[in-house]
Amino acid sequence: MKNQTSPIVKLAVLAIAAALLFWPFLFQDVRSIQVAARICVFIVLVASYDLLIGYTGIVSFAHTMFFGFGSYGAAIALDRMGAGWTPVLLGGLAGVAVSLVVAVAVGLLSLRVKAIFFAMITLAAASVALVLASQLSGLTGGEDGITYRAPDLFKPATKLLVDEEGKVASLFGVRLNGKLAAYYFVFVSSLVLFLAMLRLVASPIGTVLKAIRENEARAEAIGYRVVAYRTFVFCIAAVIASLAGTVYAVWLKYTGPETALSFDIMIDILLMVVIGGMGTMWGAVIGATLMVLAQYYLRDLMGSASEALAGLPVLPDILSPDRWLLWLGIVFILLVYFFPKGIAGTLSARGKGA
Amino acid sequence: MSLLSLKNMKTSIGQYHVLHDVSFDVPEGGVFCLLGRNGAGKSTTLRSIMGLWSPSPGSVTFRGEDLTGLHTADISRRGIAFVPEDMGIFGGLTVEENMILATANGTFDRTRLKWIYGLFPAIEKFWDKPAGALSGGQKQMLSVARAIIEPRQLILIDEPTKGLAPSIVDNMAEAFREISDKTTILLVEQNFEFARSLGRDMAVIEDGRVAHTGSMADFVADKDLQDRLLSLSA
Amino acid sequence: MDKLNETIDRLGGVYLLPVAVAAVCFVLIGAPSSWATLTVAGLAMGMMIFLMASGLSLVFGLMDVLNFGHSAFVSLGAFIAASVLASLGGWLGSPSLMLNIAALVAAFGAAMVFGLIAGWFFETVIIKPVYSDHLRQILITMGALIVVEELILAIWGGTPFSVGRPAFLEGAFVIGDVTIEIYRFFAFMLGLIVYAGLYWVLNRTRLGLLIRAGVENREMVEALGFRIDRLFIGVFMAGSALAALGGAMWAGYETLITPHLGADMMIVVFIVVIIGGLGSVQGTLLGAIMVGLMSNYVGFLAPKLSLASNMLLMMVILLWRPNGLKPAVK
Repeated sequence: MKNQTSPIVKLAVLAIAAALLFWPFLFQDVRSIQVAARICVFIVLVASYDLLIGYTGIVSFAHTMFFGFGSYGAAIALDRMGAGWTPVLLGGLAGVAVSLVVAVAVGLLSLRVKAIFFAMITLAAASVALVLASQLSGLTGGEDGITYRAPDLFKPATKLLVDEEGKVASLFGVRLNGKLAAYYFVFVSSLVLFLAMLRLVASPIGTVLKAIRENEARAEAIGYRVVAYRTFVFCIAAVIASLAGTVYAVWLKYTGPETALSFDIMIDILLMVVIGGMGTMWGAVIGATLMVLAQYYLRDLMGSASEALAGLPVLPDILSPDRWLLWLGIVFILLVYFFPKGIAGTLSARGKGA
Repeated sequence: MSLLSLKNMKTSIGQYHVLHDVSFDVPEGGVFCLLGRNGAGKSTTLRSIMGLWSPSPGSVTFRGEDLTGLHTADISRRGIAFVPEDMGIFGGLTVEENMILATANGTFDRTRLKWIYGLFPAIEKFWDKPAGALSGGQKQMLSVARAIIEPRQLILIDEPTKGLAPSIVDNMAEAFREISDKTTILLVEQNFEFARSLGRDMAVIEDGRVAHTGSMADFVADKDLQDRLLSLSA
Repeated sequence: MDKLNETIDRLGGVYLLPVAVAAVCFVLIGAPSSWATLTVAGLAMGMMIFLMASGLSLVFGLMDVLNFGHSAFVSLGAFIAASVLASLGGWLGSPSLMLNIAALVAAFGAAMVFGLIAGWFFETVIIKPVYSDHLRQILITMGALIVVEELILAIWGGTPFSVGRPAFLEGAFVIGDVTIEIYRFFAFMLGLIVYAGLYWVLNRTRLGLLIRAGVENREMVEALGFRIDRLFIGVFMAGSALAALGGAMWAGYETLITPHLGADMMIVVFIVVIIGGLGSVQGTLLGAIMVGLMSNYVGFLAPKLSLASNMLLMMVILLWRPNGLKPAVK
């Protein structure tokens, strides 16, 4: 059973990739480059989550926990050791190591039992991680989080290229400074991680995972060691999420429960996976892009709509940006009911039918 | 008119087509045996009749009424009892509670109960014990006892002799003979000796299709047919 | 070793665990009066959590449906009871015991009625279309939980909501040097009564027999002529009402509630049903008492480890018994 990806989906993904590549040259304000970096990181995060939910049929609520391990690893190292590449590397590795240990422990403990148990246990584990992060304030900065400096290369004052006068050079009107370097660090890291996942799902392992998802008993009968494969995927996804966390921590220069561990991030990931389409890497790209754009721009739109309708009853209330999550929840339920395959899956299925 | 009639029944489980074309008629009274190799689709046929899998529409009629699409509970209420392959015993409940569940309104018909005690003395002996503690043979007896505690029109029994000691198999055969005086039995069986001692009519299923149907006496007489369909003397 | 196991089994097997925990902590805490206060608090908390968790456990056992939105009923129950109590403020402070009790009954009654209605809505509208599809079930009930929490936030606001208590449940009584809060005692007793009621229904009625049999083997109950799906709606609604009652009692216990209440309790409820074993009411009670006791003891001995202690408890128990302490027979 070959998965036919519709050309529209492929085109959309290519367009998104091109947009992200040239983003700093297309939009030059601070906010939009934040949006682009967030899209890059979330594409990786969502794709790695899709390895679990879409490709293997594992429902985990601990994905933000691994993201958080990576973030906090880099953050704590940069905070203690000062700006530089060594702390990024060490912190990132420490995050990966912790993620691996926890993933192996949780996996071996609970992937044997029912899927339901696994979902509940990961949820419990994630909430414990969140509580620990806010309580071990000596290490994590508690609720306030940690602010630190990124490696010098990424300072806005850094000149990548200088013109004849010794000022920072520009290309197509964009200043080639450290900010630009930081963005391309995020972009390239994300691209590498994403391509690695693409390679993984195209490999024989990807086929085995699908076999397990389709029919666990049969996969077991054929001789696949289901628990071993599941634990393996869970570990891979955890490591990638952790690396994405490190990248995001370097970009943000701040790590706190809200940016790295909160359950809201988990909900965002779930929404992105469902919107984009489970079981396809392309869906992750579409879902993450749409969701992040909506988070930044649709919310503003809701705010202005709410203000514009200020005189009317009820409407301003339900359109208030504070109700954002309410609408997301409703959209989410409707999507799961009516388009369980998400955008990528639905488009591809339609393309096949035509 | 036959009691139960299957016409071109097809059943798919997930993406697998398990039954392709099953047709046979079960006349009223006696034991009708459904034979065939492992995995031929015998159990699926019983489960499809019971509504536990969905067969193709219009393929199961019981006393002239179409059963397809009905809920399992409603099929049961029409007087069809089911003794599944795994016996379906509630292990956490007592023998008595298992039996109560099988009654229509929670009370026992004393004479029927006496009759069951006579058929299977173990039921009386372990009446207030947890059913999970019974031996395999006793569980099988309990499963059959549940099926006959109320008067039924038809009892579907799936491989009742599997894994039983010979003495219990004899007891079971005796009981089935007595039950079939009052109630029609549709029996799925691997044990050909057991089946031929009981059956009046029979059908053989092969790869989800009916390969032969007729009277048991004719089938027993035709050694070639037996060899071909059941490969008994392989 | 076998002999020891046998003796333990005869004395009550896994039911001895809470007793063992209490005994160990008696030594660790040292002060008998503190220990007694903590134990009462733990039992009261355990009973309230039991109410919240019992429905979830039965619903899963009966239909293999896991409702991640279960804690929405807890939140709703808490906020509705708190609102009713707030609107009956005059009755609460009144010296008349009758008015006190009337206010309490009205609040708990409103919470349970709402639980029934919300349960019916959840079952028929949200969950029915995704029976037997665990993945979508988890996602959809999770989405429903988000929506309910946001609705609570929209209706009651994000600031903590203070909950009134009837005058007769205020204060504490003192036995020797042990102080016992009346509300805790009340919560424990009410929980015990509900448990006794549940136990009676499950073990002494035909309905209970059907539920227990259905948890074990749904198909066979259907083959015996019963519509489990119709029974299931009833169980689901009752479980939701119990969760709402648990939430209402919890609101009175905490006296200050926020919309996060549901999400916080969800984790605890999950830990309880996992520890206890899904599908069994006894197991859920056992798990709830264990978690209640552990939370209070650890909260006293090492406050920072309180939540982590539950997680640790769960891990240890899962390693020992992967299906929980007292799972329903499957």
